Amino acid sequence: MRAITDTLRAVFERHGYGEVYTPALEYESVLARADMAEAQPAYRVFDESGAVLVLRSDMTVPIARVVATRYGASEPPLRFCYFAHCYRGVRPQRGQPRELLQAGIELIGSPAPQGTAEALTVLCHALDASGLKDYRIGLGDASLFPALMASLQVPESTRPGLLQALARRDFVGLEHTLEEAGLSDEAAELLLDVPQRRGEAEVLTDAPAPAVEAVTGMRQVHELLEPGVAARVIFDLGLVRNIGYYTGAVFEVYDPALGNPIGGGGRYDDLLGHFGRQLPAVGFALGVDRLHVALAGEERGTGALLAREPVQ
Amino acid sequence: MSPLGDGLTIAVPRGALFGGTVDLLAGLGLDTDELRSNDRKLLFEDIGVITMRPSDVPTYVEAGAADLGVTGKDVLLEQEAQRRSEGGREVYELRDLGYGRCTMVLASEAGPDPALEALRRLGVMRVATKYPGIAARYLEETGRQAEIVEVKGSVELAPLTGMVEAIIDLTATGTTLRENNLIVREEIVVCTARLIANPVAHKLTATAIDELLERLRGLPAANVA
Repeated sequence: MRAITDTLRAVFERHGYGEVYTPALEYESVLARADMAEAQPAYRVFDESGAVLVLRSDMTVPIARVVATRYGASEPPLRFCYFAHCYRGVRPQRGQPRELLQAGIELIGSPAPQGTAEALTVLCHALDASGLKDYRIGLGDASLFPALMASLQVPESTRPGLLQALARRDFVGLEHTLEEAGLSDEAAELLLDVPQRRGEAEVLTDAPAPAVEAVTGMRQVHELLEPGVAARVIFDLGLVRNIGYYTGAVFEVYDPALGNPIGGGGRYDDLLGHFGRQLPAVGFALGVDRLHVALAGEERGTGALLAREPVQ
Repeated sequence: MSPLGDGLTIAVPRGALFGGTVDLLAGLGLDTDELRSNDRKLLFEDIGVITMRPSDVPTYVEAGAADLGVTGKDVLLEQEAQRRSEGGREVYELRDLGYGRCTMVLASEAGPDPALEALRRLGVMRVATKYPGIAARYLEETGRQAEIVEVKGSVELAPLTGMVEAIIDLTATGTTLRENNLIVREEIVVCTARLIANPVAHKLTATAIDELLERLRGLPAANVA
């Protein structure tokens, strides 16, 4: 574990990211300014005056707070990295404990597509340095599906249900909700088909008009990447992260040696605004334990999906 | 390449959904002779099949021990209800396979409804079920206070012995209920077999999975729903 974090730290520092520490305890009212969706803080305590403190469930929101309060006058872009324990209410399971060590970066003040490309580059360099071989990075856009729904005139009342089905990865539920929504066959088919498109660059061709903006953004990011990084990218028009504050590009790291993503991140261009400094930003976090399991699996050649599926 | 496509592994449920699932796999061109004849073997590596209880399928698929799996919607709903805070298993639900159609019902003994009677007189009813998560969620949503009694075997026995006033269970034809003098009072949800996928496999083996879905579309069995 120490070897992994040391390696990651060296890569982050080489790219100009300075390490920050923030308290594990935050005021609940502060974290509540961001939409955490499924990554809500799970553990609460009271301080001596009765205010509610929570154990942080991720590092992005605390760093956003630090940037607004302590770096208010600094010239962007700002580059931070962290190695910190976060706390989530999860079921004990392989690679999913209540306390998880996250390693990540936040790049603040650098807009899409350059900022996104830089974050992906650092991510790949860090994973390469750690020794992980067969990983791929799924790249999507959080604004794609909402834009699609808006342009196809999906009734407001149906939208949350559709998004929820997508976030639950329930395409059967998505299909049923679409049937009940009374949309034209064409619109329903598009809403069911587009989020299932994933793969190499060909999925970006013939995107429907409302998705063009997001798809163009993904292509721009991809064009900025060096070849070694670009080759790792899988485009995924249906990628949804379980955190609500993402506004644009989102990404996840997959490795055939592990049955769930090793980490992920994305753009959160509105989050800093909630803390008083409107800056575009992007970041990612890796689950160090998951990375460890994946590395061990690759080494043994017996990971979850590894024995069967040679990648690349 | 195996008929399933690109070394994919599928978790197949033993029990009520087994026949339909094996027919489906045979329709996809898998050699299912050994699968049909040998009901003790669990791992059929040459055709990419592992067999297990239906309720274990999501567990194996979520962990990545199988790329795909077939299980009942009842299993998925129950595990989702029991893990309400986490929103269920982290698997993709790709396709309604249509077969294995059952209805989750609330049933009680024929005659004046003993469950209504208990609610009226005691304010609480006792309900036996193998699906405590679904039962608790349904009774809560319909605003009734209930004591949920979890049983593992024949649920029909519970009201006949006076242990409970009603049951919540899955029924296909209703025969077992009728034979035990129980009648359906409420239909809760219709459940069919579902094809699920591991989230990482869904990305890393996208082509193989999409091809499989495309071929499933051409099979009559998968289009009953």
